[in-house]
Amino acid sequence: MSLLHLAVLSPLLLALLIPFLHKHFRNIHTGWFLLPLPAVLFGYFLQFISVTRHGDTVMESLPWISSLGIDFSLKIDGLGLLFALLITGIGALVVLYSIYYLSPEKEKLNTFYIYLLLFMGAMLGVVLSDNLIVLYSFWELTSFSSFLLIGYWNHKERSRYGAQKSMLITVFGGLSMLGGILLLYIITGTFSISETIAMSNEVVNHPLFTATLILFLLGAFTKSAQFPFHIWLPDAMEAPTPVSAYLHSATMVKAGIYLVARMTPVFAHSGTWVWLVAGIGVITLFWGSFSAVKQTDLKAILAFSTVSQLGMIMSLLGIGAAALHYGTIKDGYYIVAVTAAVFHLINHATFKGSLFMVTGIIDHETGTRDIRKLGGLMNFMPITFTLAIIGTFSMAGVPPFNGFLSKEMFFTGMLRVAEMDIFSLETWGILFPVIAWSASVFTFLYSMIYVFKTFTGKYQPEKLEKKPHEAPIGMLVSPVILASLVIIFGIFPNVLSHNIISPAMGSILPSLLADGESFDVHISHWHGFSPELFMTLGVIVLGLLLFKTLSKWTGIYRIFPERLSLNHLYDGGLEMIEVASRNITKTYMNGFIRTYLVYIFSFLIFILATTMIYKDAFKLDFSNVAPIRFFEVVLVLIMAVSAITILFAKSRLTSIILLGAVGYTVALFFVIFRAPDLALTQLVIETVSVALFLLAFYHLPQIRRNEERIRFKLTNALISIGVGAIVTLIALSSHSNKMFDSISQYYVENTYKKAGGENMVNVILVDFRGFDTMFEITVLGIAALGIFAMIKLRMTRGKEQE
Amino acid sequence: MKTNDVILQTVTKVTLFIIILFSIHLFFAGHYYPGGGFIGGLMTSGAIVLLLLAFDIKTVKSILPIDYIKLTAIGLLFAIGTGAGALLFDMPFLTHAYTYVNMPLLGKTSLHTAVLFDTGVYLVVIGVTMTIIQTIGESE
Repeated sequence: MSLLHLAVLSPLLLALLIPFLHKHFRNIHTGWFLLPLPAVLFGYFLQFISVTRHGDTVMESLPWISSLGIDFSLKIDGLGLLFALLITGIGALVVLYSIYYLSPEKEKLNTFYIYLLLFMGAMLGVVLSDNLIVLYSFWELTSFSSFLLIGYWNHKERSRYGAQKSMLITVFGGLSMLGGILLLYIITGTFSISETIAMSNEVVNHPLFTATLILFLLGAFTKSAQFPFHIWLPDAMEAPTPVSAYLHSATMVKAGIYLVARMTPVFAHSGTWVWLVAGIGVITLFWGSFSAVKQTDLKAILAFSTVSQLGMIMSLLGIGAAALHYGTIKDGYYIVAVTAAVFHLINHATFKGSLFMVTGIIDHETGTRDIRKLGGLMNFMPITFTLAIIGTFSMAGVPPFNGFLSKEMFFTGMLRVAEMDIFSLETWGILFPVIAWSASVFTFLYSMIYVFKTFTGKYQPEKLEKKPHEAPIGMLVSPVILASLVIIFGIFPNVLSHNIISPAMGSILPSLLADGESFDVHISHWHGFSPELFMTLGVIVLGLLLFKTLSKWTGIYRIFPERLSLNHLYDGGLEMIEVASRNITKTYMNGFIRTYLVYIFSFLIFILATTMIYKDAFKLDFSNVAPIRFFEVVLVLIMAVSAITILFAKSRLTSIILLGAVGYTVALFFVIFRAPDLALTQLVIETVSVALFLLAFYHLPQIRRNEERIRFKLTNALISIGVGAIVTLIALSSHSNKMFDSISQYYVENTYKKAGGENMVNVILVDFRGFDTMFEITVLGIAALGIFAMIKLRMTRGKEQE
Repeated sequence: MKTNDVILQTVTKVTLFIIILFSIHLFFAGHYYPGGGFIGGLMTSGAIVLLLLAFDIKTVKSILPIDYIKLTAIGLLFAIGTGAGALLFDMPFLTHAYTYVNMPLLGKTSLHTAVLFDTGVYLVVIGVTMTIIQTIGESE
């Protein structure tokens, strides 16, 4: 157990202590006990920068299920460290924010912080694990804790709906990923990510490659809310705002991004990967920003914005993967997309985190998040307004904030796509910059809507629940820190480039680096009059135009019918599955034992007949057959006639008597086949059972005593003939296929010698195989007790009812 | 209305002992001739059923004050106890032992633990059949 393991597990360990702390220190907000942990972890992870900036890694392993190749191994490299810093850093800020956001009187704080800690530990585990199974375990723990956090206000129906939806979708993806992991294990024979990366050439040429790739991508796309799995994210906004800020903007939704970045060295040698990741990313980017414009809830705008930005990072990763095929980093011409992806990942975490916190403040201070009710808050909340301006302008890609830089690089990356000459990108590649550019226009548009509809315009006090005022200082600390990071990274982007971005890129594209080499990342503000600059100008101009004329063209959103939306599809699909499965179950589980017997018997016939035909098992061999005697023929005739007459008997009494006749004939058979014990027993038992039948017959209720012929049913006849035929055939074949002599000779010899008896049947029953007899009498005892209990209990219940 | 069952009852009184003797014979002869605990038990309960037919349940209960469920339990204990007894002699479960002794009056007689096991079967069969018949008979 190294310090690193302790660091990853520490949130889970602290979660165990939370209930005690919550109970014994009632007057202190539980969050304060939590706050030091992510802060300390952040400091702890910061010291690894000196290791990773030279391209080195830290590897710690702890045996878990070593026999299956599953070890709790943790690895710190550039990519893992970047995520670990994001998780702990933003985690600390979110905890601080939540201390002021959640009221200790109204909320169940201990559960909230336990879930949050579970999530934090799980997320650290996901990004630092080097073992795929360990990664998967933590991955599911993030889904699970996210489910708990979304449903935190479980008295609300919408919360439960959102939690269930996110659970179903992310667990679907998680399970697909598990399938991918197992396939990858089949290909490589190891669960270790580092070893898998080393074997990437074998992976690409394996026949299972495409299936593995798609399963992994399903996991990544569902977690990171990519089209068409993005629908859970807007509904996850029912969670408390600190949760939305933490999970659904900065960390959990980036787990899919992490997975794609982590697996890029393994999968990126194929065109399928590049097309899927980049294509789905771009579609998500456009669809998210397009949908965000029509939202009226601030959090919904941010949710769709998150979807869109995640799509953007995803598409950049996909395109960056294509760089692997050029195999050179001399001018970094194609690598810029990966740089942009990593940089934007950081930027998005900063500005989206602060924007969620701003939204929380607005909600907290006015009582609503609906932009139709808000307006003119600028004068009441100047600090919040400033924070919102910084966040949204960065999101829209306006200088001098960090979003501008990453957006410029994004355009550069997209423009390079059109120049690529692999994977037939030269044909359709031109679509990438076009879609990316139009999506950016919408991004600009909803950013403007967010800030100006909320803070400027007319103040509508009558629609607000509270009188708005500036938030308390404690609530402002976290967004202020994040917003200052937005500015710092915007003005001095290169503080990040060597320490964070370059090592992270080294993990994503390791094969491009020789030993000791690292990416030379330099982010500059001014590229000269490049196409990217004009694209940004175009975005701003067109965005402003669209914002001014918003009311005139919003009608186009109504053209697209609600019925065709993915949400409707999801809800309808879920309902349809339920209805369909209920109907299917209803058709075959109809409650009649008769029908079930038909199923059982037809299955029996089917299986036995198929086996016999398939194995060619039927065989007739009469060489071993004894001669048929007169008595046997007579008895068989009697038995057959009475058995057949039962079928056509008109009254129950006839059936019972005929059944008795069959039984006594069987006893006679025992006599002529020389089985005196059996004959005796059969006679007595037959008598008793006929008596019991008569008793049951006597007690049948008056109304249902319709003494009519058994209704003839063709199916029943067919099935019973089938069963009879198949059993006869099997009996004949098995008789003709005797392979060994009987073991009865042993009994004949030893009945007297070893067991001191002469009646062989009885000696077998009580001595050689007495164990069976012991349990048979137990069965009899149980039957007697059962009858006793049924009758006596029914009688007492009858008395109570009287 | 009261029926007069003198003939039935008298015949029962005579036959009963013959049937019981026959059933005991079947039981004891089991190891050498057709018979054994199962059929012996059925015969004995057949005798009791005859009593039940000739007289009524209350009378039979006063003649034979037996709790048949307990009888079943005792029978099972016999069977399992016989089996477990072998364990005391460091033998596998249900190993039987027998020996021949010369007894006064009876002469050479075999003693066999399998008979104890069969006694268990005998008692269980009586207990079970009588429980079933009595319960159904009382249920109305």
